[in-house]
Amino acid sequence: MKKLMLGNEAFARGLYEAGCEFVSSYPGTPSTEVTEFAAKYDEMYAEWAPNEKVAMEAALGASIAGKRSFCGMKHVGLNVAADPLYTAGYTGVNGGMVICVADDPGLHSSQNEQDSRHHAIASKVLMVEPSDSQECKDFTKLAFELSEKFDSPVIVRMSTRIAHSQSTVELLDRVVPETKPYVKNPAKFVMVPANAKRRHPEVEQKLRDAAKYAETSLLNKVEYNDTSIGIITAGDCYLYAKEAMGDKASYLKLGMINPLPVEIIRDFASKCDKVYVIEELDDVIEAHCKKNGIDVVGKEVFGWEYEISQSIVREKLLGEKPDTMAFDEPVPVRPPVMCAGCPHRGLFYCLSQLGVYVSGDIGCYTLGSAAPLNAMDTTICMGASISALHGYNKALGAEAEKKSVAVIGDSTFMHSGMTGLVNVAYNATNSTVIILDNSITGMTGHQQNPTTGKNLKGDPAAAVDLEALCHAIGIKSVRVVDPYHMAETKKVIEEELAKEEPSVIISRRPCALLKYVKHNPPLHVDNDKCVGCKQCLKIGCPAISMKDRPEGDAKKTKVSVINHTQCVGCGICTEMCKPGAIVE
Amino acid sequence: METKSVMIVGVGGQGTLLASRILGNVFLAQGYDVKVSEVHGMSQRGGSVVTYVKYGEKVYSPVVELGEADVIISFEQLESARWLPYLKKGGKLVTSDQTLDPMPVITGAAVYPDDIIGKIKAKGVEVTAVDALGLAEQAGTSKAANVVLMGVVSKKLPFEESVWQQALEQCVPAKFLELNKKAFALGREAV
Ligand SMILES: Cc1ncc(C[n+]2csc(CCOP(=O)(O)OP(=O)(O)O)c2C)c(N)n1
Ligand code: SF4
Ligand code: SF4
Repeated sequence: MKKLMLGNEAFARGLYEAGCEFVSSYPGTPSTEVTEFAAKYDEMYAEWAPNEKVAMEAALGASIAGKRSFCGMKHVGLNVAADPLYTAGYTGVNGGMVICVADDPGLHSSQNEQDSRHHAIASKVLMVEPSDSQECKDFTKLAFELSEKFDSPVIVRMSTRIAHSQSTVELLDRVVPETKPYVKNPAKFVMVPANAKRRHPEVEQKLRDAAKYAETSLLNKVEYNDTSIGIITAGDCYLYAKEAMGDKASYLKLGMINPLPVEIIRDFASKCDKVYVIEELDDVIEAHCKKNGIDVVGKEVFGWEYEISQSIVREKLLGEKPDTMAFDEPVPVRPPVMCAGCPHRGLFYCLSQLGVYVSGDIGCYTLGSAAPLNAMDTTICMGASISALHGYNKALGAEAEKKSVAVIGDSTFMHSGMTGLVNVAYNATNSTVIILDNSITGMTGHQQNPTTGKNLKGDPAAAVDLEALCHAIGIKSVRVVDPYHMAETKKVIEEELAKEEPSVIISRRPCALLKYVKHNPPLHVDNDKCVGCKQCLKIGCPAISMKDRPEGDAKKTKVSVINHTQCVGCGICTEMCKPGAIVE
Repeated sequence: METKSVMIVGVGGQGTLLASRILGNVFLAQGYDVKVSEVHGMSQRGGSVVTYVKYGEKVYSPVVELGEADVIISFEQLESARWLPYLKKGGKLVTSDQTLDPMPVITGAAVYPDDIIGKIKAKGVEVTAVDALGLAEQAGTSKAANVVLMGVVSKKLPFEESVWQQALEQCVPAKFLELNKKAFALGREAV
């Protein structure tokens, strides 16, 4: 049967067909759906771990137990999981272990544009890269075989366009290999220096063997057409090149990324007049070619930043520019915003009013950095808000402590914020930390996390008690506020900032998009009372805008209008409106 | 056959993903190779969003570039203006007449251009504008504006209505099917 499938869905199908039995991941765009789709197969155990390091260690544990296992994450997640990865490169596996890492060229949803191929090379594990949904499934299944054959975790590298494009996939049945018996083997799994030292030559041998395999592997495909231009490429770049050049070029499409083959590249290059390497982000393939004395052109033509596309290839190789028309007036940008009724909005309005330094973090609440709230000073990586506030406050002392806060979401706090809070308590800064507890992992599309009381499959699970946890860490002053009540929220923040001790404020109100959240009917504006002062616009709710008054209205000012399809009746705008014009 | 490209543009949260899935299944049922490219993540929070649907004998790139779209389906007027450069010369624009102010307009940092549809028509583009939101509300929920637009588009593409009905059945959960079929029918009647 043929089915249209998202790359990520096909990846999950590959896990299923390969007989994978253990899935542990942490969400991150564009990798999230692999695990969400995997969870739909009852035959596979699947979970959200608190972070990527935990997920990878859990997957390695399941592999050591003899099962085929998987963990998935976005590119920056692999930084968090790098520690177990680099040693898993030494220990190798028992049951096959596959890792999904999804890069985000073009930064559709990420804080940097890192190239995770470097991690595969540095950790000495194998990496393959598919370029459509069928390959997502096929390469995943093959990755399990390679993992067992070469005794190594295998990374399947995805990118936004492959992960989030649907194309057709042929479905097959699930075949579960027999569980490999666990045999105690400290020389392989106890990585004390003496053992690791003995493992290292074996790791190098594994890479030499895999490189030999790469020379003949069906993962790499050669396609000869016109040989005046030869293109060496991989992943989505193959698609762009092929669409732009068709038969006007020959192709070497590399599916095996680490280790890369040498001889097939050399052979291909020798048959083409001019050879280009087309790859997004860094020059991994190009540098490999040059190191081996193969003459290619790459980054000097295609650059280092953002995505490639068929029109870039057409322009660079054929000199063709697109034929296009444009709208003649400036088109205002439409940046993402917090949803109407988002619980984060009230909190960030309070912070903007207080004018404090806001050590920020990553999640929906990062949108608090945008106009009109403008209430964030830094965003670095998950968990950095609390640790960086501690450093900021140590550096500047008591005055700074009274005028600074950290903001962090519930999922992010579980991921890597807790350890920062331990540092605040242990090494004593009077920092004020605000946990934005919206009972979900919002930004990545609403995944459960250890605070929500549900697991990946939606079944009841243990819920972390945030107040008790903060107390146990050593924070004595822990307060809970409802961000829909802005005046009260602001007062509590002021009180906690003034205290000569570290404190935590939990801003608690579930995300407005959660199905179980009951909304009030939309509010509307009483035109007679509205004076057009625009105060209500300062909270940045997308449902409120200023419009011309309806005909016949004598007042000269514009009037506030609430879009009834967007408004969820959260009511925070009523706190902004002095004349009381916003009513039910 | 040369690959055909459709772009679906709108505002995050408007249901562009469902529309692209319905289209993808229609083209698949016609025996074409199909690629549907979606956006997830940050821009889904009320940002400008675009999905691509391409079909043909063999589709390679999942994305549509400047001047390549045979059809643009737009959920909002400003987004029609924004993505116009992606329309092929001679391409068609199907747009909802809905307007949603983006935050720079709300804060007063930018102005929302007036008469966008008229100005695009003046460029010689074939534009079909409908009150998708109003028709969706008539069908029972503003959320079905995406399926209203599918109804409109179904009149612009050379495929049997039954194929569209099948795709609806594949993509819409059973309990919302009747409502969406009504929205689809209202869209078809609107042109
Ligand atoms: C190391 C790492 N893993 C994953 C992500 C992707 N990501 C961005 S924000 C976020 C979680 C946000 O959830 P939460 O903290 O609860 O805030 P919310 O979005 O619900 O407001 C995730 C998983 C990331 N940026 N970095
Ligand atoms: S998804 Fe939830 S948390 Fe995220 S912006 Fe919307 S309401 Fe806020
Ligand atoms: S009540 Fe006010 S702030 Fe809340 S969603 Fe409606 S318009 Fe926006």
